[in-house]
Amino acid sequence: MPFLVLEGLTKRYGDQLAVESMDLTVEKGEFVSLLGPSGCGKTTTLQMIAGFVDPTAGGIILEGRDLLAVRPSKRGLGIVFQSYALFPHITAAENVAFGLEMRGIAKAERDRQVDEALALVGLSALADRYPRRMSGGQQQRVALARALVIKPSMLLLDEPLSNLDAKLREEMQIELRTIQRTVGTTTILVTHDQSEAMALSDRVVVMNKGRVEQIARPEEAYSRPASPFVASFLGKTNVFSGEVVEGPDGAVFDLSGTRFKLSARVPAGPALARVRPERVTIAAASAVGIRAKVRTRVFQGAHWLFQLDTPAGVAVVLAPNDGASMPREGEDVTLSWKPADMSVSAGAAA
Amino acid sequence: MSRNGPLALAFHALFVSFILAPILIVCAVAFTPEGFLSLPTRGLSLRWFRAILDYPEFIRAFRDSVWLAALSSTVAIGLAVPAALGIVRYRFPGREAMTALFMSPLMVPHVVLGIAFLRFFSQIGLSGTFLGLVLSHVIVILPFALRLVLAASYGMDQRIEHAAVSLGANAATVFRRVTLPLILPGVVSGWMLAFINSFDEVTMTVFIASPSTTTLPVRMFLYIQDNIDPLVTSVSACLIAMTGVVMILLDRLYGLDRLFLGGGKA
Amino acid sequence: MTAGSARLAPYLLTGPALLVCLCLLLAPLGATVLLSFYDWGQYKGIVEEFTLKNWVEVVSDSYFLEVFLRTLRIALAVTVLSMLLGIPEAYILNRMSPPWRGIFLLIVIGPLLISVVARTLGWALLLGSTGILNQGLISLGLLKTPVEFMFSETGVIIALTHVLVPFMILSVWASLQRLDPQVENAAISLGATPSAVLRRVVLPQVVPGILSGAVIVFALAASAFATPAIIGGRRLKVAATLAYDEFLNTLNWPLGAVVATLLLIALVVAVVTSNRMIERRYAQVFE
Repeated sequence: MPFLVLEGLTKRYGDQLAVESMDLTVEKGEFVSLLGPSGCGKTTTLQMIAGFVDPTAGGIILEGRDLLAVRPSKRGLGIVFQSYALFPHITAAENVAFGLEMRGIAKAERDRQVDEALALVGLSALADRYPRRMSGGQQQRVALARALVIKPSMLLLDEPLSNLDAKLREEMQIELRTIQRTVGTTTILVTHDQSEAMALSDRVVVMNKGRVEQIARPEEAYSRPASPFVASFLGKTNVFSGEVVEGPDGAVFDLSGTRFKLSARVPAGPALARVRPERVTIAAASAVGIRAKVRTRVFQGAHWLFQLDTPAGVAVVLAPNDGASMPREGEDVTLSWKPADMSVSAGAAA
Repeated sequence: MSRNGPLALAFHALFVSFILAPILIVCAVAFTPEGFLSLPTRGLSLRWFRAILDYPEFIRAFRDSVWLAALSSTVAIGLAVPAALGIVRYRFPGREAMTALFMSPLMVPHVVLGIAFLRFFSQIGLSGTFLGLVLSHVIVILPFALRLVLAASYGMDQRIEHAAVSLGANAATVFRRVTLPLILPGVVSGWMLAFINSFDEVTMTVFIASPSTTTLPVRMFLYIQDNIDPLVTSVSACLIAMTGVVMILLDRLYGLDRLFLGGGKA
Repeated sequence: MTAGSARLAPYLLTGPALLVCLCLLLAPLGATVLLSFYDWGQYKGIVEEFTLKNWVEVVSDSYFLEVFLRTLRIALAVTVLSMLLGIPEAYILNRMSPPWRGIFLLIVIGPLLISVVARTLGWALLLGSTGILNQGLISLGLLKTPVEFMFSETGVIIALTHVLVPFMILSVWASLQRLDPQVENAAISLGATPSAVLRRVVLPQVVPGILSGAVIVFALAASAFATPAIIGGRRLKVAATLAYDEFLNTLNWPLGAVVATLLLIALVVAVVTSNRMIERRYAQVFE
């Protein structure tokens, strides 16, 4: 039996559709991310699960029972809010103990569990400190400990890392995943950061304007995006306009004279091809491929970032820094890629 | 935000009636057609408003109050604006102490200030003069003016001034064309709040006013000491109406709660 | 801007205000304290000779003690009443939705801008033996004969509470505005009932605001003049009206100066120490 089921979950504000008939199944112990730009409905969905927003339609079933029939204070979910929402007037340890107090757990046992939770997040030394005297990262960990100590059936994380600086965020991402693996709690993360979602999740739910665009494992969503939105939202992508024409061996995609075999069926006519920058190969001008001229190149440590002008538009290419000499600005080169690394859909450029 | 339950709303209704009761009753009695204190149950009449015209001392007191308030507020703002800019811009020794000093009149009971000024003015020959009144009012309203101008100055991004300087403007021009326009809402609200506080001030003024230089609240206070009749209620009703207008203006311009809480430091 | 003029600039800017405060605030206050040590006689007037007789009189005469005690009683009663009325009201206002919240805030705080004389006049009308309050209570059957609220301590307390409760509301309101609404949600998600949320999460965070509001109300109530003068009348004196009496009726300025100095010292000490205590207790918790 699936752990969490969202059935046709909908939220409407007046004539604005915040979340449109969302269906999602989550297995026990899974780490699922709700990913999308601001306003896509991900936070609203989380708030409906938490109980702070009532759905307009649809149902939420947790472990077989109707969650909507349960009051928010009785749902037993662990929530980490975007601003951490720590109780400023009590210490870190007292913050973590709060949920246990509400459950009537005796002091000795409470203290033991609080110590355990703080040790899990590595903050045993700060037990008696007040939130105001803690850094953002430390506050975030207290918030996590506070949510985990009540042994929740599910952990809900609302953009918990968005207030941290880049380096700290990376560290916290790894820690978060480790802790979640250790404790095994089913987790739903809300974020607008696609690299974060892809790094942490077992599956991502890509949302846009209240609608679910794709639910898949990160690698799957990245290399086989279900829609143009997903393709452009996850990672960087090149979009080339060309044409699908009938060739001697079947339909091909014609990009300014260069032809690529099509793996999926696409109707003839104007079409768009999407290729990831790291899947494009740069070769000498004499090779077979699309003519291009290097506009700019930027050294980024582990790889080079190229911007090239092609007859089909501007191309972005990521080439690994393997010590080989790289084309210079203004040089003429050739671009090519494997047909399998390209996804083609009918349509013209916007 | 959760809603308020019926118990809360009942409490709130009672509380609001408590707050409005004395104000409403003053306004109601002001319209009585009778010659004595009574509610206008038989109908409304303007006789007691017209009666004000028979008491030139009230009209004179009103005029004096307005002049006093306007003058004191202007002087107070004139002191507050440079002081605020100095405090916000520079870190200098004594900055905290000076700010505390400027705000300290808030901590001194007006009764004590009234006595202090009474004694002081009699020693330097300013007893009962208009100038004395102005000086004393400037002191008590300075904290109000300063607090609002300070808040506006903290809220102003100094880098805008730096931009002006880098483009060649001298100090006077920067102040006139950049700083002042940006802190103007705070300055205007500070002036208005200072004005109201000066106009309403009675405790201190009662000590230092003289028969020839009396403010409206003091005149009303002295009148009430002898007897209470509808005349003073009609004067009060006018005062309340005037304050109501200023209050709405201030709320639109600035927000009443921000006004009293100083808008907060940056 | 050269370093030299930059160093001078703040002093030039704050100079005028500083001068005004030194001459018009510290000097007169100092003169008053000095005055309390001068001699006075009905015929000789103020004699600038050092004497402690005024101070002795004030602390030993039971009349003065009675007045100070009354002032203290009234101030405490007003403070407690303001808390009982103001704290719930501020909380209720905070939970209202926008158009109502602004309107009622205006209604509740606006009276601060109306002259205290006009407000107190309203109470004089309400509290008199033929006043509305008596008429209402009698018609409700709670009273048989009109109670004399005017010229009584109770009347002064009621009117003074009305005048000062907006300050309490403002202070609590300021605290409530600083609350992060997500913190309440966090408490709910951890299983707290609505009353637990109020008791364990909201109230503790609002305490500094309550305390500083109480200090303000107490200070203003203890030094109040116009309201006790009008409602209390000539016979029911508080510290401020006592000083007025000595200064403008008896003309014994040095004696009046003693009362004023005592009032000043008492209030400054009370306000500064309570602010220090509040700061120390809550500094590590709040900004």
